[in-house]
Amino acid sequence: MKIVVCIKQVPATSDAKIDPETKRIIREGQKAILNPFDLYALEEAIQLKETYGGEVIAVTMGPPKADAVLREAIALGADRAVHLCDSAFGGSDTWATSYVLAKAIEKIGGVDLVLCGKQAVDGDTAQVGPGIAAHLDWVQATYVMSVERVGTTSITVKRMHEEGYDLCELSFPAVLTVVKDINTPRVPTLKGRLAALQCEIPVWKPADIGAEPSKIGLAGSPTRVVKTQPPEPRQTRTVRITGTPQECAKALIRELRLRSLV
Amino acid sequence: MITLTEQERSEYRNIWVLAETQSGSIQPVTYELVGAARTLADARQSEVWAVVLGSGVAGQAETLVAYGADTVLLVDDARLAGFCDEAEARVLVRLIKKYKPEVVVGAATFRGRALIPRVAVMANCGLTADCTGLAMDSETGDLLQTRPAFGGNIMATIRCSNHRPQMATVRPRVMKAPVPDENRTGRVLVESMLDTDLDKMKKILQIFHNKEAAVNLSDARIIISGGRGMKGREGFDLLRRFAAKVGGAVGASRAAVDAGWIPYAHQVGQTGQTVQSTLYIACGISGQIQHLVGMQHCDMIVAIDKNPDTPMMQMADIAIQGDLFEIIPEIMNEITKL
Ligand SMILES: Cc1cc2nc3c(=O)[nH]c(=O)nc-3n(C[C@H](O)[C@H](O)[C@H](O)COP(=O)(O)OP(=O)(O)OC[C@H]3O[C@@H](n4cnc5c(N)ncnc54)[C@H](O)[C@@H]3O)c2cc1C
Ligand SMILES: Nc1ncnc2c1ncn2[C@@H]1O[C@H](COP(=O)(O)O)[C@@H](O)[C@H]1O
Repeated sequence: MKIVVCIKQVPATSDAKIDPETKRIIREGQKAILNPFDLYALEEAIQLKETYGGEVIAVTMGPPKADAVLREAIALGADRAVHLCDSAFGGSDTWATSYVLAKAIEKIGGVDLVLCGKQAVDGDTAQVGPGIAAHLDWVQATYVMSVERVGTTSITVKRMHEEGYDLCELSFPAVLTVVKDINTPRVPTLKGRLAALQCEIPVWKPADIGAEPSKIGLAGSPTRVVKTQPPEPRQTRTVRITGTPQECAKALIRELRLRSLV
Repeated sequence: MITLTEQERSEYRNIWVLAETQSGSIQPVTYELVGAARTLADARQSEVWAVVLGSGVAGQAETLVAYGADTVLLVDDARLAGFCDEAEARVLVRLIKKYKPEVVVGAATFRGRALIPRVAVMANCGLTADCTGLAMDSETGDLLQTRPAFGGNIMATIRCSNHRPQMATVRPRVMKAPVPDENRTGRVLVESMLDTDLDKMKKILQIFHNKEAAVNLSDARIIISGGRGMKGREGFDLLRRFAAKVGGAVGASRAAVDAGWIPYAHQVGQTGQTVQSTLYIACGISGQIQHLVGMQHCDMIVAIDKNPDTPMMQMADIAIQGDLFEIIPEIMNEITKL
């Protein structure tokens, strides 16, 4: 099985700094990590490879320093990595990002399965996974909580939704986005860390993947951030309740009844 | 990417709401969206269309009209019974090309967040996720979409001037559902699946509706949430009884989920679900930023903790200081007495 895992580098904290001019996230000088959800996608890919054979390829689109998350993926067990890096990719929204990733997946060729995290914790959109599937016209399953069966031509997964879950069978090639339930990510081995230090990671530019200039970066992004502002602060004067457990309970019920909540 | 000329843009009219159905019944978030769409459509002197895809859904058109839809666009087909994103996306793209809506809004639910991004890519248009505010520029028809990013630390306003339709998802319980008016009239347009090619689609083999396992935090009016202070599985049994008493759902912090006391589906926060209930009772949750970003927009927050200085106890509307294992049973007693 040939598996591509799409991974993203995100700021380590949620304290985002925004450039007042461009309205874009300032990524320079910020500590960055691998998007926590993508660890589960990586782990699942590595486990599938260990059971069914094949190859795991980690792919990211991001600035030069995003190289670090690809090396982390190698340390964990990915066989190789591809870095989509060029200033022309900058400013891509989820439409353009998923286009670039889809083009890279086509260029890699022969891919059976693409795994993504549920969402990236910076943008929080959860749009790139289904976007990749749409660009490739492949089947998709989102919020996958377990892989139930793997056949030669298809994969059966459990997908989470509000009322429980469903079981669905997808013919290869397919795109999955995964939630935390699916596995417990491993930690890198010493051997893995060495491999990560030594490996060569190719950098692909728009021309390498045959991406049309009008579909990438700002030009390829239908959405424009026109304003950013801090959220309105919560206006609260905290009511403090202390006393015996019974007094506390009575006081709470009084407050809740005032607001017709019980 | 193909951008539209002003002339082409002007051909797009009306505000569409994609109805959220679960097991064939329309979910409350749909009425909230119809209410929001009404305001947008009024600003543009255009119509609200509710688009319903599913199996056995035809009977619900009247209710949508009562809530404010002018037209209900219906595709009722047995093949839409399960949730097959690929099939629904193809049907929707065909309908979008045919009727050219100016705006399409859907629910930021598990289904909505799977289907709508697929549609947006296929229809060559922008999509703004998880909006908390929608406003219409009545001159240009541009939708000003406000959404939290970075776990709620900033609010971004997004505009898609050169593409139509403009698409957005909105979380449940963010917009207010209007009061239904039984006397409103509207029309129903029935469309078939037509040539929708169902080859190469995924097969939905089985659907599990586990009422007990169903967490449904996004719809809950009351959430009783527990953290490391619950000490173990038994602590969460107490919270389940508490939640059952008030008709609420059970949430959890990551620490409690990681400890294996409760499944991940209950996790609230940056790597869990974002919730917006009327009442959120945090029991033994210190309130680290990654948790707060998932629940800070709840209308009323109550914290129970023995430590008065935690971030949760500082930000809560009501902070109860004490041992939660003594306080929670007393609260349940008091509720029984009501
Ligand atoms: C990338 C990233 C993503 C994360 N995502 C999430 C997320 O989605 N959701 C999330 O919740 N966390 C998330 N976290 C973790 C978060 O930082 C905190 O570690 C976690 O929320 C702490 O959980 P807690 O409040 O239950 O535990 P603690 O911080 O240990 O708090 C327990 C509280 O219980 C109180 N207590 C103990 N016993 C009693 C008693 N008998 N009576 C009353 N009070 C008592 C204590 O005083 C304390 O305040 C994330 C972290 C990272 C790095
Ligand atoms: N720039 C990127 N490079 C590689 N993968 C990405 C990128 N952006 C998003 N993804 C993948 O898409 C998922 C969803 O991201 P998002 O839609 O931004 O919330 C992430 O968990 C990643 O798997």
